Amino acid sequence: MRFSGFRIVAEALKGHTGWRPLWRDPEPQPAYDYVIVGGGGHGLATAYYLASRFGAARIAVLEKGWLGSGNVARNTTIIRSNYLLAGNEPFYEFSMKLWEGLEQDLNFNAMVSQRGIINLFHTDAQRDAFRRRGNAMMLAGAGARLLDADEVRRMAPFLNHDNARFPIRGGLMQPRAGTARHDGVAWGYARAAARLGVDLIQNCEVTGFRIDNGRLRGVETTRGSIAAGTVGVAVAGSSSRVMAQAGLRLPIESHVLQAFVTEGLKPTIPGVITFGAGHFYISQSDKGGLVFGGDIDGYNSYAQRGGLPVVEDVAEGGMALMPVIGRARLLRMWGGVVDMSMDGSPIIDRTPVDGLYLNGGWCYGGFKATPASGYAFAHLLATGEPHETARAYRLDRFARGYVIDERGAGAQPNLH
Amino acid sequence: MLIPHPLLGPRDAQEFVCLGDARLIERPDPAAADAEAAFCDYVFLRDNPAGVHRELWFHEHGDRSWLVVTRDTVTHAVLGAELARDVALARVGRAP
Repeated sequence: MRFSGFRIVAEALKGHTGWRPLWRDPEPQPAYDYVIVGGGGHGLATAYYLASRFGAARIAVLEKGWLGSGNVARNTTIIRSNYLLAGNEPFYEFSMKLWEGLEQDLNFNAMVSQRGIINLFHTDAQRDAFRRRGNAMMLAGAGARLLDADEVRRMAPFLNHDNARFPIRGGLMQPRAGTARHDGVAWGYARAAARLGVDLIQNCEVTGFRIDNGRLRGVETTRGSIAAGTVGVAVAGSSSRVMAQAGLRLPIESHVLQAFVTEGLKPTIPGVITFGAGHFYISQSDKGGLVFGGDIDGYNSYAQRGGLPVVEDVAEGGMALMPVIGRARLLRMWGGVVDMSMDGSPIIDRTPVDGLYLNGGWCYGGFKATPASGYAFAHLLATGEPHETARAYRLDRFARGYVIDERGAGAQPNLH
Repeated sequence: MLIPHPLLGPRDAQEFVCLGDARLIERPDPAAADAEAAFCDYVFLRDNPAGVHRELWFHEHGDRSWLVVTRDTVTHAVLGAELARDVALARVGRAP
């Protein structure tokens, strides 16, 4: 069933009796050409691009819980391509371009809304760093504008511009950045993949890999054994746990990242605003809720919930940046488990096990990468070669000394 | 989280910073033949279990001691803490 305005009118006249489930719920087959482990945004996008762009067939996505139940449901929905380093920026800009055509491509409303992002700065040194980053963005075709203090004041009059410690001197803006409806992204990819014949198998946990002389033969699951020549693992947050079943130790720690949403308010925040100095960023959802967050909790965790010290830290950052937020009532807060890699950048690569591929290490930035991550991973699975924008995301870059460390924090995951 | 400091009693985890996996105590021998590969593993690879995990925590806003904290990464329960110095000395067979 194709979605369209005409379809809505037609269904309205028929009393909405014609709508059907967005995807099938098939039984797992004994063998597939490609098995994707993880039915989140990245796994579903991988399956969709494998089927739609690389002509692959006999694809299964195995999900332990239900589709889109992990980090694609827990992020703060921001899409952007405002990175500095050459290993990152072309990849995220590729992702941004895929976002811009996503809804037509999937025939699904992902509510992509390019309302812009502003990274605030407070010192001359930060201005210089952001000017350099803006230049890197323009070189990659992402576009960037350096705002002075007056421009930021006009665009966001509700901020505390004259904070004694962090007065706002300006900001780096990417006008094409914005937000997307996170669940809609997962559902859109799932529906589009299912329409191309991909089997989306839920409640199916991978419990082991069948490896024969260093060659992958298939996976063991809670719903039986599945043979597959090519298996891609896209389970960021649990990469270490799943890959340990294949005997691999990864340059990754799992950490919890919290996020918050207030009750729905009238339109207040024009786009996304980040206050790096105060560990705080905020946007407003289409429903009106202020969606915000801050730093990771800083210790290894698989709990999908965080501690109160970070709640306090985020609230302090919010009050320092925009005191008006003090009148908003918090509706929900939650946590997601993220793969924090040793340089803050992701991994899309083959592994020492022939036929087993890894997509992980997304730190707190996996959502915006969803389309490009899926595309690049599908490219790797189908052709055996990395996609041109993802060549730097090798698993062995740490041993070779080619880390991609945007933050310059070194091999200390809780500082990235 | 409260961390049971062996010298100071229960202390708020906010007084500490977490460095991660306690295997960072086990620094490889730089003179060994495989030192380059061993240091690569030491610097970049981590045990990352869901469950009991031993970690290095630094009492930055306290007595500035390094502790080895045993913690459950699924429940956030703190199961014990010892001085990292004692753990390191025990490793090489010396009494604290």
